[in-house]
Amino acid sequence: MEVILALVIGVLGGAAVWLVLRPRTFQLIMGLTLLSYAVNLFIFSMGSLFIHKPPIVRPVAPTDLEHYTDPMPQSLVLTAIVIGFATTALFLVVLLASRGLSGNDHVDGSREEP
Amino acid sequence: MIERHPDILVAPVVLPLLAAALLLLLGHKQRLKSLVNIAATALGLFVALTILLRASAAPGVSAYLMSNWEAPFGIVLVADRLTALMLVLVGVVSLGAALYAEATWTRAGVYFHALFQMQLMGLNGAFLTGDLFNLFVFFEVMLAASYGLHLHGSGWPRVRTGLHYIAVNLVASSLFLVGVAVLYGVVGTLSMADIADKLALVPARDRGLLHAGVAILAMAFLIKAAVWPLNAWLVPAYASTSAPVAAIFALMTKVGIYALVRLWTLFFSSGASAQLGGTVLLYAGLATIAFGALGVLASLSLGRIAGYSIIVSSGTLVAALGTGNPTVTSAALFYMLSATLAVSALFLIVELVERIGSDGQRRVPDYDVEPGEDTNLDDEEAPLVGRAFPVSVAQLGLAFMLCAVLVAGLPPFSGFVAKLSLLTALLSPSGGGPANAATWLLFGLLLVAGLTTTISLSRAGIRHFWSMAGRIPPRLKVAEAASVLGLIVCCIVLTLWAEPVLRTTSAAAEGLHSPQTYIDAVLSKKSVPRPTGAATEREALP
Repeated sequence: MEVILALVIGVLGGAAVWLVLRPRTFQLIMGLTLLSYAVNLFIFSMGSLFIHKPPIVRPVAPTDLEHYTDPMPQSLVLTAIVIGFATTALFLVVLLASRGLSGNDHVDGSREEP
Repeated sequence: MIERHPDILVAPVVLPLLAAALLLLLGHKQRLKSLVNIAATALGLFVALTILLRASAAPGVSAYLMSNWEAPFGIVLVADRLTALMLVLVGVVSLGAALYAEATWTRAGVYFHALFQMQLMGLNGAFLTGDLFNLFVFFEVMLAASYGLHLHGSGWPRVRTGLHYIAVNLVASSLFLVGVAVLYGVVGTLSMADIADKLALVPARDRGLLHAGVAILAMAFLIKAAVWPLNAWLVPAYASTSAPVAAIFALMTKVGIYALVRLWTLFFSSGASAQLGGTVLLYAGLATIAFGALGVLASLSLGRIAGYSIIVSSGTLVAALGTGNPTVTSAALFYMLSATLAVSALFLIVELVERIGSDGQRRVPDYDVEPGEDTNLDDEEAPLVGRAFPVSVAQLGLAFMLCAVLVAGLPPFSGFVAKLSLLTALLSPSGGGPANAATWLLFGLLLVAGLTTTISLSRAGIRHFWSMAGRIPPRLKVAEAASVLGLIVCCIVLTLWAEPVLRTTSAAAEGLHSPQTYIDAVLSKKSVPRPTGAATEREALP
């Protein structure tokens, strides 16, 4: 499972870096979105991966670390998702404004000579 | 007052938040909004001064437990001398910017006031917080508000540079999160004091991962602090935004510096990884000074000169902190106060100077777009504070000259005091040992940067004040003149009372370089016992 997750994070991160370096605003925002996915999965993996272990205390299971997963990365991911979503939405607005003002989807908005 | 009212530590965060909420509710009542904004900012300055006054007394570190949860598990706000100094700096600069903005800029869009207060909340929170994840959250609050403020007034130059600014900061935020996650994976805690306490327990095989995580985290701060080569975003963004926003943005690079110095001294003052990356900081700082000095010389427009002087001051701070010497750190902190005030004043005066030679009327902010229905540009005839009055070019020139002297670090004002104490500290053998090549390089670069700033600002001054186009005296509003003069007066006060301020900064530097006091103050903070009535009631429940 660790290998699969590492590969997924790697592919997402690699694709994100490539897209962020592209000159078109749409590619840029896709890159930033993929980057935030990669980072969120990465944070999640930092709590170590377990299956069938809840992060909150249940009355049926004894309260020791054997039976629970770390709840901290999950709450961090939740916060990071919310913040990332909001800033990406804001970025989308700026992107549209830039498209409207320059008539072009280049990140520098350089107008091509007719 | 902290002993009696520990809650005051939360005021710099809660006050702007409440003010922002109130400002949103006020809708289009421009005059009332202006009053609320200025009152909240002034109150914030008062709170910051109170915290500074209390932090000056021993032991100098006070912690506040949010929701009464004890330190490694709950969230803490911590104020030591450095935090208190930064809060006061935020208070002074933001009051200046808020006053200045009242003259025109607040009417270029509806949400200026609310965004402004959110920006203050993010800044104050980043300085106060005692754990890494909240540092991230406050960074994002600050950045989200800054995206809005940067675009305030709209127009193509702002949108274009805003696009770059936001993209760079989103990538930086990702790096921040990766660094925090790695650090959490290695140490298992996010409280800064707890991490510093537990770093000695990290086994040798995890050291590599730890160092990688810390380095990635530092990248996020270095981008924020505009260290070369991560600073290409800064100058276009700061030069194209409106003057009061640029003045506030001058504070934002200092948040990067603050986070860097706070975490670096806390984590790596001693132990197996002591002084990790100090050399990198030193040389990155040197490269940044060189880059900034050349940039200042190459710039013709005043806004870009001011932007490059921010880069110079960032480089100076990073390089000085990279020496890891308490005496140098103390001088650097004084330099930070003086440089931030001076650059903010310069950003404000740039707009006034560029008004020379216009037709004497208020220059309309450079809109590319027609004001839409939701931009309430003209919903009020009279400005909040006073009317426009003509000033002679000579008066404006004098103020500009004062700013230039302050920014370039020429005698007799605080810029000179700061630079002199920095140079003296670099050469003094106390703590740092004999001066080596890098120290001499820093010494030389500081002087060269001063020279290029002087040349560039004189050239810009000559172009603006001695040209024939400048015969029509510009018109200023009282608020604009008052805020610029206020910031300059603050620098002069800093010059006159340099000794007590230097004493505070050297105490702050001592506290930074011996972080055990900080760690103990945070980790030993006990939660407030519950009132007995509530306790029995709780126990009575089944």
